[in-house]
Amino acid sequence: MKSNHYSIFTLLREALRGQAGWRPVWRDARPQPAYDVVIVGGGGHGLATAYYLARRYGIHRVAVVEKGWIGNGNIGRNTTIIRSNYLLSGNIPFYECSMKLWEGLEQDINYNAMVSQRGVLNLFHNDAQRNAYTRRGNAMRLHGVDARLLDAAAVRRKLPFLNYDAARFPILGGLLQKRGGTVRHDAVAWGFARAADRLGVDIIQNCEVTGIRMHAGQAVGVETTRGFIGAGRVGLSCAGNSSRVAAMAGLRLPIESHVLQAFVSEGLKPFIDCVVTFGAGHFYISQSDKGGLVFGGDIDGYNSYAQRGNMPVIEDVCEGGMALMPRIGRVRLLRHWAGLMDMSMDGSPIIDRTPVDGLYLNAGWCYGGFKATPASGLCFAHLIARNEPHPVATAYRLDRFGRGAVIDEKGMGAQPNLH
Amino acid sequence: MRLNCPCCGPRGLEEFTYRGDATVHRPGTDAPAQAWVEYVYLRDNPDGWHRELWYHGAGCHAWLVVTRNMRTHEIADVARAADVARLARENAGS
Repeated sequence: MKSNHYSIFTLLREALRGQAGWRPVWRDARPQPAYDVVIVGGGGHGLATAYYLARRYGIHRVAVVEKGWIGNGNIGRNTTIIRSNYLLSGNIPFYECSMKLWEGLEQDINYNAMVSQRGVLNLFHNDAQRNAYTRRGNAMRLHGVDARLLDAAAVRRKLPFLNYDAARFPILGGLLQKRGGTVRHDAVAWGFARAADRLGVDIIQNCEVTGIRMHAGQAVGVETTRGFIGAGRVGLSCAGNSSRVAAMAGLRLPIESHVLQAFVSEGLKPFIDCVVTFGAGHFYISQSDKGGLVFGGDIDGYNSYAQRGNMPVIEDVCEGGMALMPRIGRVRLLRHWAGLMDMSMDGSPIIDRTPVDGLYLNAGWCYGGFKATPASGLCFAHLIARNEPHPVATAYRLDRFGRGAVIDEKGMGAQPNLH
Repeated sequence: MRLNCPCCGPRGLEEFTYRGDATVHRPGTDAPAQAWVEYVYLRDNPDGWHRELWYHGAGCHAWLVVTRNMRTHEIADVARAADVARLARENAGS
């Protein structure tokens, strides 16, 4: 049975009927013997892929198989930030496509994801950094993305409580993308799951893929803890565990799994009205609608599948916070957690065919996957449906490392010593 | 997480720098390009025991080969990379 359509009228009707008429947001589907497309991984990207396959490409016999439950992975472990303030031409059109999809997402999927374009402000602390951000802002504007360079006085008017005159890292200004902001991450998972389900997609939870069945060099389905599921095409969308799953098809990837920690403080009255990043260390912060400060920093920096990190990075993040915003020193930490990152070797994602026919790969999101969720889904759906890359994702090829066409946006990545 | 440095004893993580997978080996200068691509970029990235390099920058400056479990962070072995390399050379020579 389909979930309800949400509108002011259904809200009023249920208010008068004691809220008794709400149906489950998606069906708890059992695996069918075969589908046209099986997506491995029920995270944000996998659910978005299934949704766009059904909505834009007319492929409705789609299953999303998820080893845990919807919302347990990185879609529920990120810091909810969206932005498209990129520099390289391989990246800007893709992330701007994602930003435009965010802007229409709630109407599109009929779900309140609390998209809040409150602005993303990247601070700079020396002349070289100002030049770099000026260049980045110009690149963005040349691609039709909004960007504004603020001087110290303008930043001070916006956020008067920052540590402006610190001897080592004075704040000289910042690059502002006003269309950037935050989205409620759980609602993105639930909204895409519900919208995909309403189009006939089967979302199969607690169903771990244990193997990829091949026939004559072609992927023909997946072995799971709930039995074999046949598939015309298989899409891997399991960032964090991409290497493990790709190894089932005999592939080695240019990826290491790393752990990234994130933090939420106790609830406070509103005082930060945008996303702020510290330019002299790795620290960024925003305030959720509940009042908690949401912040994070660097990856721990070693391979891990543990979904928990270590103390030195917690100390490093808190030092960054104190350097930028000394007034948060007495705020208490409420929650802290970690997620697994597919750290690709150049810091950029992969959306491509694989050497195995019928097997497609969406991986390598490093710690930037959340903002990309809708565009990643759209581009991966396009690739699976048409067997060719979407025009905004043509640079994200698996063979770019061998060709020397890496996309080293920030010189980040796992190894070789790029981070 | 603490590493038991063979020279310095158990020390906190902040003294060390991670330097990646210890099982990849630099190919010969005449090796085909694909061998270099695999050496530079491709990794097994196992979900289990992993042999990896750590550098004890805030201690004895030794390079270490650490055998660590990716799922639990349990550390089974820490050896000096110089000793590991010498042993490998001796085994290859004998």
